[in-house]
Amino acid sequence: MSDIATYNFAYLDEQTKRMIRRAILKGIAIPGYQVPFASREMPMPYGWGTGGVQVTAAIIGPEDVLKVIDQGADDTTNAVSIRAFFQKVADVAVTTETAKATIIQTRHRIPEYPLTEGQTLVYQVPIPEPLRFLEPRETETRKMHALEEYGLMHVKLYEDIARHGRIATTYAYPVKVEGRYVMDPSPTPKFDNPKMHMSPALQLFGAGREKRIYAVPPFTRVVSLDFEDHPFEIQTFDQPCALCGAAQVYLDEVILDDKGGHMFVCSDTDHCETRQACGHRGHLSPDILEPAQ
Amino acid sequence: MDQMDVIDGGFAAPVFNAQTVFRAVMDAMARPGTVQQVAGLAQPPAPLAATAGAVALSLCDHDTPLWLDAGLQVSSAKSWLGFHTGAPLAATPADAHFALVANPANLISLENFAQGTQEYPDRSTTLILQVDSLTDGAPLHLEGPGIETTDSIAPTPLPRHFVEQWKQNGARFPRGVDVILAAPGAVACLPRTVRAKTMEA
Amino acid sequence: MYVAVKGGEAAIANAHRLLADRRRGDRSVPSLRIEQIVEQLALGVDRVMSEGSLYDRELAALAIMQSRGDLIEAIFLVRAYRTTLPRFGYTRPIDTAAMQVERRVSATYKDLPGGQLLGATFDYTHRLLDPELATDAEVATPEQREGDGQRMARVSEILAHEGLIEADGELPEDHLTGDITREPLEFPMERDIRLQALSRGDEGFLLALGYSTQRGYGRSHPFVGEVRIGEVELELDVPELPFPISLGRIRVTECQMVNQFKGSAKAPPQFTRGYGLVFGQSERKAMAMSLCDRALRAGELGEDITAPAQDEEFVISHSDNVQATGFVEHLKLPHYVDFQAELDLVRRMRGEHEKRQATDQTETREAAE
Repeated sequence: MSDIATYNFAYLDEQTKRMIRRAILKGIAIPGYQVPFASREMPMPYGWGTGGVQVTAAIIGPEDVLKVIDQGADDTTNAVSIRAFFQKVADVAVTTETAKATIIQTRHRIPEYPLTEGQTLVYQVPIPEPLRFLEPRETETRKMHALEEYGLMHVKLYEDIARHGRIATTYAYPVKVEGRYVMDPSPTPKFDNPKMHMSPALQLFGAGREKRIYAVPPFTRVVSLDFEDHPFEIQTFDQPCALCGAAQVYLDEVILDDKGGHMFVCSDTDHCETRQACGHRGHLSPDILEPAQ
Repeated sequence: MDQMDVIDGGFAAPVFNAQTVFRAVMDAMARPGTVQQVAGLAQPPAPLAATAGAVALSLCDHDTPLWLDAGLQVSSAKSWLGFHTGAPLAATPADAHFALVANPANLISLENFAQGTQEYPDRSTTLILQVDSLTDGAPLHLEGPGIETTDSIAPTPLPRHFVEQWKQNGARFPRGVDVILAAPGAVACLPRTVRAKTMEA
Repeated sequence: MYVAVKGGEAAIANAHRLLADRRRGDRSVPSLRIEQIVEQLALGVDRVMSEGSLYDRELAALAIMQSRGDLIEAIFLVRAYRTTLPRFGYTRPIDTAAMQVERRVSATYKDLPGGQLLGATFDYTHRLLDPELATDAEVATPEQREGDGQRMARVSEILAHEGLIEADGELPEDHLTGDITREPLEFPMERDIRLQALSRGDEGFLLALGYSTQRGYGRSHPFVGEVRIGEVELELDVPELPFPISLGRIRVTECQMVNQFKGSAKAPPQFTRGYGLVFGQSERKAMAMSLCDRALRAGELGEDITAPAQDEEFVISHSDNVQATGFVEHLKLPHYVDFQAELDLVRRMRGEHEKRQATDQTETREAAE
């Protein structure tokens, strides 16, 4: 029986890392353009963050502090699993605190706490092509990007308005990067789109199954597509977080019973916990409820 | 040619050194105008300098045809690069994934290198220009993605008519070349998106 | 009172312990051994090697054991290991005419040089469950004869004599054979790349597509020119040596499908081909692959592209079962952030809808009064 090989630092072999690193540099130099790369099979399934994991593995070093979130939370199972993977293969320091992380790998959210210069946000992307659901063929969508022919996307958004009175896209809402490439921000809620614009952090996107890497450098214009008479707007919530009282954050709905009882809490668990540690309380916070009981 | 020249001088800790150099280049590419420190991790034979050598080690391999300027072509640096990276030499500048330039002042014009295509603009040459300094040249005022308002660096030496050439490079966007400036102990980058002006312009 | 769910780490660890337990099953039943899987589940091992793109029976058997017999999971395990292996070089193309043939059948000729060899096949077995297998009864030794070491000409070569079949196909002079494990796929693609993708493609998916061409979705009038199974030698060129180095032998299944072709503006009437080649013994896969290969050559041969099996992007983008499994199964990962966004939208649109209906009703009533 062959001995199972020992794995390199951060799992990937050096040749693979170089290939990914070259793709990242080209991605940064052409903001919003999807660079094809020879994505590898990873020890987790395609669709479970293999693109993000490959990007993180290619950039991470022993000095880095890694945070991994899924749905904004550090404790969702896939985030736990990916964090554990890097602890195992790269022996890297991890954190749940946004401010302390140098690399944040994310699925579906951008942290609420503003990112800073020197931080890198790595997105896991399932379908990197923003035009894919309008045109399934790669040969066609590639031409559209080459010719900057994005009429189809505007037609789609406009049909939404005609049919529903509003743009009915709530997540993976397409953006235009630095006035050139239309880009898929990954399935983050459109609530997070404005955070991408002129962010001080470097944003890298990895799509493993679809074999694409793309990037938004810091301080880059990222504009959500819209129309003059139907400007882009983000989701708003009628109430603040029930635990920490935060407003203007993205909230998850938690079902409390089978009679329609529910509450809204921060999707960003670190943000919520940090606020609670600073003494902020929401109306269903245990500290507020318990004295009354 | 001294055999040891060719074999010595690679990364002492290949995995970690490559990561360190790459991160410096990545940060420099993401924030043009900033200068990222890179300690002397490689000792290539002259005329290849330490920083340019380290950048080549971290990015080049069998899959990346490399173009060398005249000075490097005739030096033991050529064998050193071959031995340490395995990169094949590009037949023409238009075939090069990377171009390594020891003497930027004599460089052929940028349009000779691979510019990528409209469909695949990433298939363009990345030039690694070996410069003496990032502060002693004529200041370049930079704007574009990665720069909040404006920033400046003053690399020297640069290719002839660089500002004009760079303007033409920008006009080809999304096609175009990208530049890594390798100075003693530091790197800075000029991705194709960055706009550069001199003081008088 | 609501307390946020914690403890993902403990839950994962416990789930993995339970999985290990279930994989082993009843401890009073002896554990499988790798060599038992290699010897007695050989066709499963072959499929894992083929779609895992790694020729190593023991690793494939280990993967089958670890995956509890889930072959796609086993293929995934093998791929994730394969991808970390260093690459020493590329072997010379294998010569299947020099194969030590164990099975070879042709449907186009009654007899041909080298003859028809049935070999170890399920064909013509009556599919009656055999209770004797459960009793570990003695199995008779088969008749065997020494190989004669002769080359066995391929049916395509026989047809080529008459000039009635297209040549092997040509690629540009300077074409370097691609490697789908090292370069991202690009559409449209050359046939070398496409064949690689088909060879590691999902057997079931290719089978269904091949079948669809027989039912009129891209009909290609196929005949099995031949299917052959046996061992071929692997040779590696080493720059420092004047002769190739033999690395050993591998077992492969090759299928040459011969298809009627009435000719087009580009080509005279002649037979065309579809090609299939896989690791180990898998006729079903090799035949399905050759049907798909032929269907995907529609563009090259100037045929109309009307059926799914002829659509290169559709077939190749969806043929990889490791990719497909991952993406289908990722739907069980949490999506509640996006679902929340959709929930909010539907609630708002529902609210507006109800308001509109209420206004409409009031207006109707007012108009009626």
